[in-house]
Amino acid sequence: MTPKLHLDEAWIARGRAAAGRIADWMEAFTSARTTVAVERTVLRLFGVDGVNAEGVPLPNVIVDAVQAAGGLAGGIARPFVNGMLATGLSAQALAEAVADGSVRLDELPDMDESAVREAGLRWAEGALDRIAANRRRREALLERLDEGPAPLLYVIVATGNIYEDVVQARAAARQGADIIAVIRSTGQSLLDYVPYGATTEGYGGTYATQENFRIMREALDEVGEEIGRYIRLCNYCSGLCMPEIAAMGALERLDVMLNDALYGILFRDINPQRTLVDQMFSRMINAYAGVIINTGEDNYLTTADAVQAAHTVLASQFINEQFALRAGLREEQMGLGHAFEMDPALEDGFLLEVAQAQMAREIFPRAPLKYMPPTKHMTGNIFRGHVQDALFNLAGILTQQGIQLLGMMTEQIHTPLLSDRHLSLEAAKYIFRNARHLGDEVVFRPDGRIARRAREVLREAVDLLERIERMGFLEALADGVFADVRRTPAGGRGLSGVVMRGPTYFNPFEELLRARLGLEVQV
Amino acid sequence: MGNWRSEIAKVDLTRVRPYGDTMDDGKVQLSFSLPVPDGPEAVEAARQLAAKMGLAEPVVVHHEDIGEGFTFLILYGRCTHTVDYAHIQVPKVDAPRMTFDEINRFIRERIGRKITVVGACTGTDAHTVGIDAIMNMKGYHGEYGLERYPEIQAYNLGSQVDNEDLLRKVVEVGADAILVSQVVTQKDVHIHNLAALADLLEAEGLRERVVLVCGGPRITHELALELGYDAGFGPGTLAPDVASFIVQEMVRRGLA
Repeated sequence: MTPKLHLDEAWIARGRAAAGRIADWMEAFTSARTTVAVERTVLRLFGVDGVNAEGVPLPNVIVDAVQAAGGLAGGIARPFVNGMLATGLSAQALAEAVADGSVRLDELPDMDESAVREAGLRWAEGALDRIAANRRRREALLERLDEGPAPLLYVIVATGNIYEDVVQARAAARQGADIIAVIRSTGQSLLDYVPYGATTEGYGGTYATQENFRIMREALDEVGEEIGRYIRLCNYCSGLCMPEIAAMGALERLDVMLNDALYGILFRDINPQRTLVDQMFSRMINAYAGVIINTGEDNYLTTADAVQAAHTVLASQFINEQFALRAGLREEQMGLGHAFEMDPALEDGFLLEVAQAQMAREIFPRAPLKYMPPTKHMTGNIFRGHVQDALFNLAGILTQQGIQLLGMMTEQIHTPLLSDRHLSLEAAKYIFRNARHLGDEVVFRPDGRIARRAREVLREAVDLLERIERMGFLEALADGVFADVRRTPAGGRGLSGVVMRGPTYFNPFEELLRARLGLEVQV
Repeated sequence: MGNWRSEIAKVDLTRVRPYGDTMDDGKVQLSFSLPVPDGPEAVEAARQLAAKMGLAEPVVVHHEDIGEGFTFLILYGRCTHTVDYAHIQVPKVDAPRMTFDEINRFIRERIGRKITVVGACTGTDAHTVGIDAIMNMKGYHGEYGLERYPEIQAYNLGSQVDNEDLLRKVVEVGADAILVSQVVTQKDVHIHNLAALADLLEAEGLRERVVLVCGGPRITHELALELGYDAGFGPGTLAPDVASFIVQEMVRRGLA
């Protein structure tokens, strides 16, 4: 890709450096803490699944019991592995025994410390090997099957019923979709547990459960073989169970995960400390699983104005990039988000959109940028909406985005009907085919509106990042720098699930992931 | 030479039907998918369905396989039904709309104290777009939100607020008016949420003391009245529409 906006490299470097220092602070902050969700993830990775008689997931039952008995400062792995060694039970059998009350972890004899560490690491190796096998399976499938040219065509299914979702998703694959995202039921992000089993009831989406992941994976693999294209599966690694969803996705070979460092804080009022710790571990798992993460900067523009807040999108992209690097994600796995959300009434709005999209393309050249369609300015006029989506698609192909989240003309009316998705895919394929190499042909005037706008947004973004650095990251969130939303360090949901790590904290998965991802070991 | 104006067809307001390009032609366009494979049988099935919907001369202009055994169709037909437009009555919010300045002056002169408004998007609904457009300082489409009104103390509780939490806030700040936004309407979840709040306020003996308003893309004033609300606002509503209603309703009900 040839740069065509004449952006000042020195400004880009300044932005990246400021974001890097913010990320260094974040890493020190998160590595001193753990959360109930991180510890539940450890259990899930050891193989604990299922629910107790009251329907409470076993990872919750055990983490809650250990937290009540003496706290989680040392991590769940030590008492749990100790329990497995003391009883000779498998992870699942031990979890069931704890759940039915026949075993209490705090009443078992203490095994030798080095034996616990050795066994914990050995069993964790086994789990990570399974995730590595899934990654190799994906690579082999991508090798053999087509994956479609960029931008990949991303559509959602959201019926609330996994079995209807399967029908819609398979039809979408046949219609040309490359990525299928199963939208979650509204409100799942605020559940401090992951629902269990196949589900058929949901509002505005379908619950993310491991069984639903497995069903959709199998259905898409089958249709992918038939049409000769690998269909990527996407879900939402966000909310109060971020790392658990990452683990489930890694085990069921999901390919793409919404996984923003700040989204839950800003838009779901989840406690900032909780989300920062959870996102770090979830991203390490996603990194190792070969998942492409999608970040949620597009959401800023649904609350703030897209023209005025453009620089906050870029600033957040810089932060998400630096956070992601520290979790071991490669640039090729960073689907940094942005959106086509300017008011259609605006003169030259399309030029501003192109400036923003091209700027992101040039600043993050290897990232499969996730470009979101218009939503805020969509109305019940589906015919105008179809044209808005067409302009969005033209901007996407012109600026060579990585993942195009297709707009639906019925946005703001209902979750997509089967035919909405078809019309959307048909239009996108037409525009991408007809303008495939437009981006190679077009250059922008160095002093023109588009280049000037991009320079201005870049400078504002760098100013903002340096201001955030001076203020402190948590203070900046409390001051409402992103999306006009203010979040305080002690506010929001889930703070009670954040625990300071003790000196003997043990999380074999984190240790091994750091080693396998080539990350520095935190001391 | 005749007067061309008198030659233009007049609509009969007691017998109105859709207009395509000629008065009373009844032209309707529609599209849908059928869970059957594309082919002549799918086309005939669509034609028969359209006829049962009251469309004469239904024509399928497009049909296409869209995968998994489904067919997408686009049809035209002539609507055989008419409606009596002349006698339609639709409940509407009848409070005149005032401007930002007029509303603040109205509060100072007719109410004589600041009024307090609490707003939230309730239930599991995570969409703050609606409530933010009405309440946030900067507002929407060039109209300031309620937070900007000097005579209004506005509390925006955001999204995913339980009815009970909303009620607690209402009591805590002594709200004069409650705004509830509902965007997600799948399986009529908005109706259940809205009705539950009205019941809760009734049970707590607060209903008569507040102006209760709801809004959202699928909300109508008529629906709001049915659910026991004082008003309902649909798409395109801006802060002055809501504020005008609240202040006039307060005066009308003697809540000032």
